Amino acid sequence: MPKDAIVRTIGLKKTFLLGKIPLHVLKGIDIEIYRGEYISIMGPSGSGKTTLFNMIGGLDKPTEGKVYIDEVDIAQLDAYELAWLRCRKIGYIFQTFNLIPVMTALENVMLPMIFGGMEHDEAMNKARELLETVGLGERLHHKPFELSGGQQQRVAIARALANDPAIILADEPTGNLDLKTGKEIIHLLKEMNKNKEVSIITATHDLKMLDVSDRVIWIRDGMIERIEDRENLQIRVGEVEGEEAG
Amino acid sequence: MAVDVSKKKKIEKQLVLPLSHAFNMSLRSIKIRFGRSIIVTSSIVLGIAFLMSILSSNAFITSIIQKGPESLKIALQQNLDEIRTRQLWLISLSLLVCVVGIINAMLMAVTERSREIGTMKCLGALDKFIVELFLLESSIQGFAGSIIGVFVGTIATFLTYLLRYKGLIWSIFPGELLIRYSVLSILLGIIISVIGAIYPAYVSAKMEPAEAIRREV
Ligand SMILES: Nc1ncnc2c1ncn2[C@@H]1O[C@H](COP(=O)(O)OP(=O)(O)OP(=O)(O)O)[C@@H](O)[C@H]1O
Ligand SMILES: [Mg+2]
Repeated sequence: MPKDAIVRTIGLKKTFLLGKIPLHVLKGIDIEIYRGEYISIMGPSGSGKTTLFNMIGGLDKPTEGKVYIDEVDIAQLDAYELAWLRCRKIGYIFQTFNLIPVMTALENVMLPMIFGGMEHDEAMNKARELLETVGLGERLHHKPFELSGGQQQRVAIARALANDPAIILADEPTGNLDLKTGKEIIHLLKEMNKNKEVSIITATHDLKMLDVSDRVIWIRDGMIERIEDRENLQIRVGEVEGEEAG
Repeated sequence: MAVDVSKKKKIEKQLVLPLSHAFNMSLRSIKIRFGRSIIVTSSIVLGIAFLMSILSSNAFITSIIQKGPESLKIALQQNLDEIRTRQLWLISLSLLVCVVGIINAMLMAVTERSREIGTMKCLGALDKFIVELFLLESSIQGFAGSIIGVFVGTIATFLTYLLRYKGLIWSIFPGELLIRYSVLSILLGIIISVIGAIYPAYVSAKMEPAEAIRREV
């Protein structure tokens, strides 16, 4: 029996029009990501990682090709179903944290649950629990600007987990963090991946991410260059680090 | 039975933004961006104060004609007819300026908060939640601004009439009419604010989340 694909893309292309000049950012991406996997998407700046994320997350429409989430073609969804998918099935984490500035940590985590129709008190309890799991039990009532970058990203992780999504999409979650904090965030994500059985897809330049990934998808110029399992990876990491240093 | 199943599915798939929650969010948005809120609100204050000063001055004159001494009646009647024609377009103009001011300020708010809007959509906000939040925010400002405007306009007019007619004013004080005009002005103030916010709210709701988040301000 084939493994259960939570995300599947077929011939995914995205072209932006800059004035009249077409810019082909994704040139046909076929990937399959299985339930419970931890995937890293690696590639140089401008290779199309964020664009790919936006397609997978239903945040933008592909020019060509299909995205299936849980075997549902998301192009077939109406606005309401798409919003529901974003609310319940996918959790998003951004490089810039993107917390709602007027809300406390607790309220930020509650928001997706409120949208999803959960009762206020139930949402509050669950948000508190989630914030405790990410180590912010003491900071429930702080506003984002009162928190450090690492703490904000923890809130974002708690928020992404709010509705028990099947997938977490994290676009350079450690991009704005220092080495140590970045490591903590990566391990937190890995922990959530193991404990909650949520598939995690991260885009990153961060080689620390390789250690925890089940597979790494390398993309370059809008195409998949290679896909590697962790076993093969171990040999490569040294090589890549050498590349980067040189 | 089949009906039951589909109903259940609908309920399961609901997305909501409770009014109390929306109200709370709007109120805080206003507070945290106090500077800009003041600009929007003060444009409403000015418009409504102007409207109310004209309306209340009408109320005083009408009341003097009805209850005041004969000697004043004829002169004021002429005055009233003359003023009325001019007033209408002055009022319209001032309210129009109000609407434009609100549209402008709200459009600024949309660009400034584009990322926040995109994020909310990622969390499952429907377009109509975004519209709701912006309209709510604007009507709260409209309400507050109108109340202040009504006070300012009425008091200013009252003082001018008090200076001109002295004690007479107390005996003809048109309380009921003033209250009616105040309610009218406040309603109008809220309606204007909502009208001014509709277009910006629509613009913000229609952005694709990816675009909204990408846009740097
Ligand atoms: N909305 C857009 N309009 C026009 N061009 C775009 C748009 N979004 C992305 N691009 C272009 O597509 C290319 C890929 O961008 P993308 O953000 O996907 O890269 P990335 O791999 O995420 O890079 P980074 O690692 O720096 O985040 C870039 O050349 C970018 O300029
Ligand atoms: Mg990127």
